[in-house]
Parts: sequence; C-alpha cells; structure tokens
Amino acid sequence: MNKIIEKEEIVGARIAKLDAPEKVTGRTRYINDMVLPRMLYAKIFRTDRVHAKILKIDVSKAEALPGVHAVITAADTPDGKIGVIKDNPPLKGDKVRCIRDELAAIAADTEEICDAALRLVEVEYEDLEPVFTCEDALKPGAPVIDEERPDNIAMGQNFSHGDISEGEKASDHIVEGAYNVHYVTHCNMGTSCCIADISASGKVTLYSQSQYPYIMKMDLAPALDIHPGDLRIVQPPVGGAFGSKLDVYPNEPICILLAKKTRRPVKLTYSREEEFIVSPTRQPVEFKIRAGMTSDGIFTFREVDSFLNNGGYTSWGATTPYVTMRTCTSHYVVPHVSYSARAVYTNNPFAGSFRGYGNVQATWCVEIHVDKMAEVANLDPIEIRLRNANEPNSITPQGSDLGCIDLVGCINIAAEKSGFLEKWKTNRATWDDGERYKRGIGIATSLHNAGGAKIHKSDGCGTILTMDDYARVTVMTGASDIGQGSDTVIAQIVAQELGVPIRDITIINNDTALGPWDVGVHASRTTYIAGNSAKRAAIDARGQLLSAAEKQSNVTADLLDLRGGYVVQADNGEVVIEIAKLLRQIHFAGEDSTLVMATDYYEPPTEPEDKDHMGDMSAAYSHAAHVAEIVVDTLTGEIRIEKIWSVQDVGKIINLNGLEGQIEGGIAMGIGFGLHENMQIEEGIVKNPSFRDYHLVTAPEMPPIDMTFIETDDHEGPEGAKGIAELPTIVIAPAIGNAFFNATGVWIDHPPLTPEKVARAIWERDNPNLAAE
Amino acid sequence: MSLKVEIAFKLNGRSVAREILTSTSSLQVLNRDFDLAGAKLACGEGECGACTIMVDGVSRNACLMAGVDLDGRDVETVEGLWEGNGLDPLQEAFVNSGAVQCGFCTPGMVMQAKYLLKPGKKLSRDEVIRGLEGNVCRCTGYHKIIDAVVAASGEAS
Repeated sequence: MNKIIEKEEIVGARIAKLDAPEKVTGRTRYINDMVLPRMLYAKIFRTDRVHAKILKIDVSKAEALPGVHAVITAADTPDGKIGVIKDNPPLKGDKVRCIRDELAAIAADTEEICDAALRLVEVEYEDLEPVFTCEDALKPGAPVIDEERPDNIAMGQNFSHGDISEGEKASDHIVEGAYNVHYVTHCNMGTSCCIADISASGKVTLYSQSQYPYIMKMDLAPALDIHPGDLRIVQPPVGGAFGSKLDVYPNEPICILLAKKTRRPVKLTYSREEEFIVSPTRQPVEFKIRAGMTSDGIFTFREVDSFLNNGGYTSWGATTPYVTMRTCTSHYVVPHVSYSARAVYTNNPFAGSFRGYGNVQATWCVEIHVDKMAEVANLDPIEIRLRNANEPNSITPQGSDLGCIDLVGCINIAAEKSGFLEKWKTNRATWDDGERYKRGIGIATSLHNAGGAKIHKSDGCGTILTMDDYARVTVMTGASDIGQGSDTVIAQIVAQELGVPIRDITIINNDTALGPWDVGVHASRTTYIAGNSAKRAAIDARGQLLSAAEKQSNVTADLLDLRGGYVVQADNGEVVIEIAKLLRQIHFAGEDSTLVMATDYYEPPTEPEDKDHMGDMSAAYSHAAHVAEIVVDTLTGEIRIEKIWSVQDVGKIINLNGLEGQIEGGIAMGIGFGLHENMQIEEGIVKNPSFRDYHLVTAPEMPPIDMTFIETDDHEGPEGAKGIAELPTIVIAPAIGNAFFNATGVWIDHPPLTPEKVARAIWERDNPNLAAE
Repeated sequence: MSLKVEIAFKLNGRSVAREILTSTSSLQVLNRDFDLAGAKLACGEGECGACTIMVDGVSRNACLMAGVDLDGRDVETVEGLWEGNGLDPLQEAFVNSGAVQCGFCTPGMVMQAKYLLKPGKKLSRDEVIRGLEGNVCRCTGYHKIIDAVVAASGEAS
C-alpha cells in the first residue's frame, strides 16, 4: 500500500512571513544599507525661501572642494518635468515655489564632503509675495505660483447625481458642517533613498523604493531625456513606504543625472529631518458639507465642497478626490449627491498618496457628520447608520456595483460586541456631573475599494511561474512587496494549488527586467490582483503536472490531486508519484522533453472612471466598522483609548498573521492621525521635523483590539479574498472623534484631538461667555 | 582633517580592533567599519531605537554613543544572536508571531527584547510593553511584537 497524504490547508492559516528570518537576524540589506563598488554619495542643496525668483546660483566653490566629483544645477538638467501634471522640474533654475525646492546637487566621496560642499553653494534671490492658504490663493490678484496656471488651480473635480434641490425639499432637517483635515506624513522607518548606476551603453539601473516601478519608467524618462525602455528599476528591501513612493520625486532623476555626469554609481539618502521636510505628506483638505434627512433620519441629500492645499507642485495628493468622492457620494444610501474639489497652489510643501488615500479625509468628514445628524434626528449612532446602510449588490451614484458587501453586519457586530448602546447612553448621562475623567464610546464605518482601482488603462498584474527538477517553484510577479507581506500571500496561494511546501517557493518581485508588468502597490490591490494572477498561473502549472501524471499513471487527471510534494489519488490520498520525480521524467524525455512553466496576466473586470466620474473601477468593495472606547481627562485634555473593536469584511482570510498585522498596524497609524500626529507648517516652513516633535504611537499607547473578520467570499477575489490594508487606517479616527462627543457633549471638528485642543474645547464648553470674547 | 584613533573591544564574543574616525558614532562604526547593517539609522537622535545594541549587558542607542566609547566594552549586536544553527528562541518568536513587517525596526526591537529578558524570569505583558516604549515601529501596531517577547519570556523561564 502506498503512502497516504492528507490535504493541507495553507490558505487561511497563520503563516510566518517568508522574509522574517532574514529580518530578525539583521541579514536583510535594505536599500539604505547598500554599497556598490566605486559608489559616490549625493546630497541636495535646497532653498531656504518659500517663494522667490532665483537670480543666480554659484556652485564654483562647491565644485572646487577636494572630494567633490560633480555639482549639477538646472543648467545641467533636461527640460522635462515630473509630477502628475508635469509641473515639477527636478532642479529649479528660475523660481522657488516651496521650502523643498532643489537648486543644486552634489556627488562626492563621502556624505561629509557633500555636507561641506553644500555650505559653499551661493544663491541670490528676489523674494516674491507668498501665499499659504487656499482662500488667499484664490483671491483676485493673488500671487501666481505656476505661471502656466495663473488661477492657482492645479486640478479640480465635480460630480453630481440626482438633484440637490429635490433632496432639500424632501428634508425635515439640514445639517451643515466644516471639517479641516491636517498635514501628517508617512514616517517610514527607512528614510528615502535611491542609488543610480549607468552602463557604458547608456542604460540606467535605479535602485529604488518605488511602489510603482513599471509606470515609474514612463514618468521618469522625460525628466532624463532617455527612452523609458532604457530604465531598469531594482527594488531592494525597503523600510516601509505606505504610499510615499507612488510618484517620481526630484531625488531620483537628480541621482541619475549625477551618476550620468560622474559615470559612477551614486547614492542619495535623506536624513530624518530632510525626510520630514521633503517627503510627501497626506493631502490636507478643507471640507464644507450640507446634508439632509427626513424626520426618521433617512438621508435625502449630501453636498460636499472641498479645497485641497496643493502646495508648490502637484503630486498624487491632488488626485485623492477620486477616492474622497466615492465615500462622499456612495457611503450610505443618499439619493441626491454633489461633490466638488479644487486643488489650489500655495507656497506650502505638497502632498502625495498615503495609506487610505483621500478616504482618511473623507471618512473623518462623513462619519463625524453622520453622528451630528443622529443628534439632530434624536437617533443613536447605530440606528442612523443601519437605516441608511448600503445593501449588497446595490449600484452607487458613480456606477459601482458594491457586490457582496456586509455593512449591516459590520455595524451590528461592532455594536453588539462592544455593548455600544448601553455604554453610549450611560456616558451621556454623566456630561454634567463634574467628574474629571469622562468615558466615551464612538463608532465609525467606511467604504473602500477592495478589488483594485482602475486609475490607469490597465489595473493588471503579470506572473511567470516555473518549476525545477526538485519541484522548487519560482514565481516572478510584478507586484512589489514593501513590507506588507504580499510575497507570502502569493506563495501561499501557489503552494495551495501546486501541493508543495511553502518553503519550496521563491518569489522574485524586485526587478523590472525580470518581472512582468504591474500597476503598483497601492489601493489595497496586491492580494486581489497579484494573488489572482499567481493563482491562475499556478492553476495552469497544476494542469500541466496532472496531465503529465495521467500519462505516467493511467489515472485520469480529474481523479488526481497534488499534496505535500506528491501526486496523489484525490479520493484516498494514495501516492501516485513524487512531483519532483514526475518533473524529471518529463524534463529528460528525449525529443518530448518539456518543463513546467506558466504565465498569466490578470486584468480585473473593471472600468476606469469616465470624464463624468462614472465607472465601476474596482472588482470588489468592502466595509469596516470600528468602535473606540476612550477616557478623557478633562483637566489635562489627554485621551486614553481603552479598547477598540474592529469588524471588517475581508472576503476570505488568506494569512491570519498578515491580516491581523495589517489591521493592528493600520489602526496604530489611524490613532496617530486622530490624536497627535501633526506637521506644524507655518508660512510654508515645517516646524517639527523630528520624532521628538512629531509623535508616533508607541507600544504603551496601543489599546487592546478585538478583531472580527466577516468572510463574504468575493466571487472574483483569489480564494474569495478582498483587499484589506487601508480600511483600518481610514476608520479609527472618526470613531475616536465620535467617542469624544459621547464623553463630553462637545464636537472637535478638526483632527488631531491633541490635549491642547481637547482642554480648550472643554474650557469653552464650561465658559461659553468667556469663550465668546 | 578628521582625527583617527584605534579602539579595541569585544564584538559578538570576538576581540576586535580598528582605527576609526573620532567623529563617528558607534552606529557608524558598526555599519561602516564592521559592515554590520543590523543596527539601523532611522532618526539619529535616540528617539526611535532602531539602532539598539547591547553594551556591557545594557541596551543602548548606538546613534547617540560616540564610536570611541566602544573601546574596552563588550558589545552585542543582532548579528551575534544567530550562530548559523537555528534561530535564537526570541528571533523564532518574532518570526512565528508575525512581529515583522517591513522589518526596519526589527533588529532594534530584538536587541531591546533581549535586554528585557532575564533568564528564569517570566515578564508580564505590561513589563514588556513598558520595556519596548523607546522602540518605534510604523508597521505592526506593536501587538505582535509584544506577543513575541511575552512568548519568548515564557520559554526562557
């Protein structure tokens, strides 16, 4: 009797990350640790102005310093610009538009020599009148930031569905609000870094932290005056990214230009201070919202107008309205909606993409406002959400089919597990009892794309899969892993199909010369899109193995299975042949020799938004509900989070470790945004560029989290999974904001809820006459 | 020009000597002069703990310690924990608990945890949380790191 092998479930299990052993031993060489032979170091000379005409840049003294190999300025740079509307020259020659502006760059033997050379660059300016707020920048006669766009509007979006005036007529109550979402930044533990190298034949290799290496080639090439095909992007391990590397920023073309000039590899790394000042922020937004409802609390219309402080140049921050709009128009059922956004040039630093994209901002606005409406309608926060919740398979105003969602389940489970209603009522009864510590409980929910986001013509990902003579599998995927663990998820999906141990799978995902195309790591899309592509390639390879086994064994393929490295009979698990042996038999078979190889390109069944912002851009959608229970110290203004309940529709669990880790980490980031992270930008200058003055959540500040996963089993997702990584960051802050009202009876409309802001809000509540003065 | 000085110390159990620039930090000495990349530069001002090493049995921020101060000391880095035959139980716990995402803070976390773990003493969860306060992680939300250290503490007792 042959050996019997039971079926093993690798998908859904708690699997250790493939790269973890290398990381816990300190063996992983991050891009920041890399040294290439004959490598030079680079630094950028930045302005100390926010708006000025550049009269003269003199780099002659810097060039003369021993150890300096090259100094470049705009005079050495091709004319091409970078950024989403190509308004950002890598080196500035005419004009300074914000404090980040790059005027010169130096390559030298050491970073210390670069620093010395930076002090020798001399610049003459003529200061221009600056402008820092959207309101001021839109006034007639305001200083013009970008001469090609004299109205100071970088980008704008408008959407409407239904008829707002009809909605007004149907309303018993109309509630207005204004919410300003502040500047925060990614704080990747590994600072921005790149290394450029140019071959004698003129081909460029860029070692990069990029999250979108394939599209990056197209975006980078014009600034270098080279063919995108001559760019190769290599992605060494990175210390986090969170959206910060989803565009080309000036450091990368500058590094390549220095490599070109010196004909040596050049490395450019930011200090932590530089990282704070220069790397992109989350897009700050000023929202105005008007929303109506019937006396029963049924929503009738929602009108949102927003202004985005675009800063001096345009990066992905200006495109966040594409996501903000989805939440403003489609989160809860609202028959009449309108939305507008204007990204307005100022002399501030500029924003990029950041985990959650525009949805962190949108969900703060919508979810705080929903609780305010509940107060007016005399409903509790659970009831108003249930009465307006989106139903499965419903079509949103922008034409998205929400598919197998479960918003009602998210709300009900979160309410039940947290004992929400009882606590909510008890807390309200204590507003006026004079006690120092106040308890509060709050809920928020959100809607996010969970099956990719077709913001380009393709939202696809490719896979090349090969098996060697020992049944070891190599999976080349286009998908980048920036630490989140997608390589492990892809390996699990492949291991499940091919019946091989997960340690026998090698993922190659770090070189555009090897991997097939992918859009990039963003929009919570990698498990869904890359996972689907890997699964389809693995199914193809599985078919090749089974048909080969059929020929060897005379058992038909549909009666065979792959388990634990063996071909077995599906019904009883009896071993037919070892997979490795089968592979060798078909590989060394004379004229019929063959290898098991499979390729796939998966394009999700979605459509880009049209010019009217209509289109089902994601193959799946998902919700999460968070409940936060907090204690407010009304004397010091400090908020302590006692516990969080997280309920999320995940489609299907692939890796429990990875899933929980994404939710816990996302919540930590959302707590920072809600309570204390705040870039203090005054007149265009970043005032707190250090971890000392920009506080990240630490271990003692993390509350316990009770997690519930709803498995809606998406029909298109790999194994039924949906994308999960952004929702946790999106939902938690408004849950805290709503809990604060439940504790004190006071709204704070603008995050973060710092002790200063909280103490002031309570003082104003208690001293209304003094506060009015 | 920069001054140089010769220092001698014990590094992961072996005696070493090297001529270093007096202007460099311990972190730069380890990263550059000894090609040990485990201790990481993330802030350079002692705020994040990514560069945590052990000096004479006490955890230190290598970025804040002058390189010359390594002279005569007993220094342990994350590279010293793995002898090539199986991971240290603490490292194993980090791997299995899902305590690693991007991993940039991980070597510092591991070294701080190593310092907290005393043979024969089981740490409470609160003691672990307090002990890791100075080490910042941007990816994980800390729970799985805490789980790992608590699990390793259980094994050590």
